[in-house]
Amino acid sequence: MAVEAGRDALRRQPRTDLNSLAFATGRPSFADLPGASIVAGALHLRPDIRILDIGRSQRAGVGGLLSMLHGASGAGLFVVSDNPAGKPASLQEMAYGAGAAAFTVGAGEVIAELLGSASLVSPFVDQFRANDSKYGYVWEERWVRDEGLAKIVPEAVRAALREAAVEAGAVRRFIFGSPLRDAAQFVARKCGVPADAVANPLDERCGYAGTAHSCLMLAHCLETAQPGDLLVVVGFGLGCDVLVLRATDAILAFKPRRGVSGALTDALEDDCYLRMLSFDSAIDLEWGMRAEKQVKTALTEQFRSSSQLATFSAGRCPRCGTVQFPQLVYCVNQECRAPSGDFGSTSLADEPAQLFTYTADWLSYYPSPPMYVGFVDFDIGARVLMEIVDVGTTGLEVGTPLKMAYRIKDVDHARGYPRYFWKATPVKLPG
Amino acid sequence: MATGIKDKVAIIGMGCTQFGERWDVGTPELLAEAFDEALHDAGIERGQIDAAWCGSALDSVNVGNSAIPASIALRLDGIPVSRMENMCATGTEVLRGAAYAVASGAVDIALAIGAEKLKDTGYGGLPTPYKGTLNDLWMPLVSAPAGFAQLAAGYGSKHRIPKELLKRAIAHVSWKSHQNGALSPKAHLRKPVTMEQILNAPMIAEPLGLFDCCGVSDGAAAAIVTTPEIARALGKKDLVTIKALQLSISSGVESTTRGWDGSYVPNTRAAAKRAYREAGITDPRRELSLMEVHDCFSITELVTMEDLFVSGDGLAVSEVLDGFFDRGGTGVPCQVDGGLKCFGHPIAASGLRMAYEIYSQLQGRAGARQLPNPSIGLTHNLGGVPYLGVAAVAILGLCR
Repeated sequence: MAVEAGRDALRRQPRTDLNSLAFATGRPSFADLPGASIVAGALHLRPDIRILDIGRSQRAGVGGLLSMLHGASGAGLFVVSDNPAGKPASLQEMAYGAGAAAFTVGAGEVIAELLGSASLVSPFVDQFRANDSKYGYVWEERWVRDEGLAKIVPEAVRAALREAAVEAGAVRRFIFGSPLRDAAQFVARKCGVPADAVANPLDERCGYAGTAHSCLMLAHCLETAQPGDLLVVVGFGLGCDVLVLRATDAILAFKPRRGVSGALTDALEDDCYLRMLSFDSAIDLEWGMRAEKQVKTALTEQFRSSSQLATFSAGRCPRCGTVQFPQLVYCVNQECRAPSGDFGSTSLADEPAQLFTYTADWLSYYPSPPMYVGFVDFDIGARVLMEIVDVGTTGLEVGTPLKMAYRIKDVDHARGYPRYFWKATPVKLPG
Repeated sequence: MATGIKDKVAIIGMGCTQFGERWDVGTPELLAEAFDEALHDAGIERGQIDAAWCGSALDSVNVGNSAIPASIALRLDGIPVSRMENMCATGTEVLRGAAYAVASGAVDIALAIGAEKLKDTGYGGLPTPYKGTLNDLWMPLVSAPAGFAQLAAGYGSKHRIPKELLKRAIAHVSWKSHQNGALSPKAHLRKPVTMEQILNAPMIAEPLGLFDCCGVSDGAAAAIVTTPEIARALGKKDLVTIKALQLSISSGVESTTRGWDGSYVPNTRAAAKRAYREAGITDPRRELSLMEVHDCFSITELVTMEDLFVSGDGLAVSEVLDGFFDRGGTGVPCQVDGGLKCFGHPIAASGLRMAYEIYSQLQGRAGARQLPNPSIGLTHNLGGVPYLGVAAVAILGLCR
């Protein structure tokens, strides 16, 4: 999700300009490996980029963005991604979703400028997740709302507005992601912010995306913001962080290719509760003996091939022009066979492609059966056998236009190691 | 200019086990069952064998690496024994090794044997093999049916064949083989099935249903080869000689470039051309008496009819439905013994099992399946998947 959000944010900007990347999440893939480094690799950012992982905090999202806005020197990228888990049959399970948002930060022609901010620490524990625990523990909602949100947030909002030298009544968008339904409405009233400024909580089509949620809402608001609009963004957890932003004239030219709206429009609806439990590892299904196959990653090989695999880099033979993935020792063209030393790097991640052959495999172990697989033909000439995902119920056809998505390819459950690669997905999702 | 091995090597003995779910035996016993029959058929002693090639493809469920397990099982003392693995072409590869040893003059008599014990996995179907450390990082880990099912999409798309028509044609492929398999005592699956059963079977990998997939069995097969001169000196009549043994392996063109249209298997075509050249065959449709091809999946057999240049491009669907390849039809009988469809596919045994049927037919020993006066037959294996594979074509015939 972080990579996909980052790709969307970087469509208009040269990636080589970025000199810092911060990645925030409540659910890191590893206890120690920097997720920002994995994201930077997949986004093909400069290898000398300064990275920072922000996590272990409900405030990683808004707090991380605030730190990045204050601390970045030059152009930077901030990505927040989260997938909070709710225990089966809990209120959290009903309310929670998943999502990621990415923002480029820096000086120059920005689409929104930081006018002011405020932070507050508080001993108010409304919910917590223990170390090594998958699910959180949540106190009564009314107490959280009345004693926590309604008292802590307004104090910080007032301080931030004061620093920004703007009135609460002038706020155009009040952005406060909360798992409590209508909490933002309640808090906005306490702050003196107009009721119609309360931002769409995205609870209908997305659900509460944990520490990413306020940032996700901010990204959504920026899609439609007008020059001069004031946006207040709140992140909560043992206190809170508040940002006051103002959209600039450059916002008029801002059109994300996909954005939050595009991601919501692309939704594939699925009402199978069992599948949701399975995807969330909330139920231990019998997968059969085929699932016993070891998917241990040779870390040596992963490193050797990382320049090709992370960014989906094909090579272009300088002698015959054939674009090929993977790059092996000699050119694949029967008439050429040139050594691959100077094939360069041509990322297939954003290249137009179509489905050439396909099938739905019901036999192989696959966490989301069936496994759709087929040859993907890229307009620039490469052909790659790939998994095709998010197919929906109408299936595939030869010639279906495809785009690329960075996904988990396999999870080595024995060693707890996920490996990532690119998969293809239909450009126009059915339904 | 190489002259090939046509008529330089004769098969003097063959053996083939009962194929099926051989819960009663392990790989050593399967090897011995095929070996004993081949020795008896050849009329020679174990000690007359100068060298042996033993095939096994999946060591995790078989006997393990190297030639040692086979040498121990067959008590092959002090002679060169090689272990061979080349996916589904393994059975033909061991024959090639033994034949080349004889043709070169390095040995007088050589053994080719292949065995696979697939029913020790604990589940149906083939295990998914590892593809190497690099490929495992990016390549989808698809099942065999998923690899071959894509041929249907490519073939149907190129020749604009409606899905329903293609489904019916490949169903006929399986129907015909089940009819034939009912006459094969050593086959695993010996019950005829109806077109309705085939068409309505559960889906495995679209459009391949259960009956579009071959069985999964245990089995072994063996051949003993020597020169025609030694064969005659041993008193052999109706000599069956090797006319051609050829292979072609993917070099990545199909799977990495857009030069392949997905409707055929380039390796089969390359191996067939080489084999016809070696055997001196110019019109396979008229010259071949019978074929045993790699019907791992029904779509594979259908496409193979074109890849072996027996059917013209795009014509296999109508010829299959017209019964051109049926036993007793007007054309070239295919899978007279029931094929992989009914024997199942103990991987390293299949190539030799096919040769066993050709050999039996040529010698007039095929019992209820016997064709009238066959003189030349072809075997074909296709290992891996259509776009990343190993194709083998062998041609056996009576030595005139």
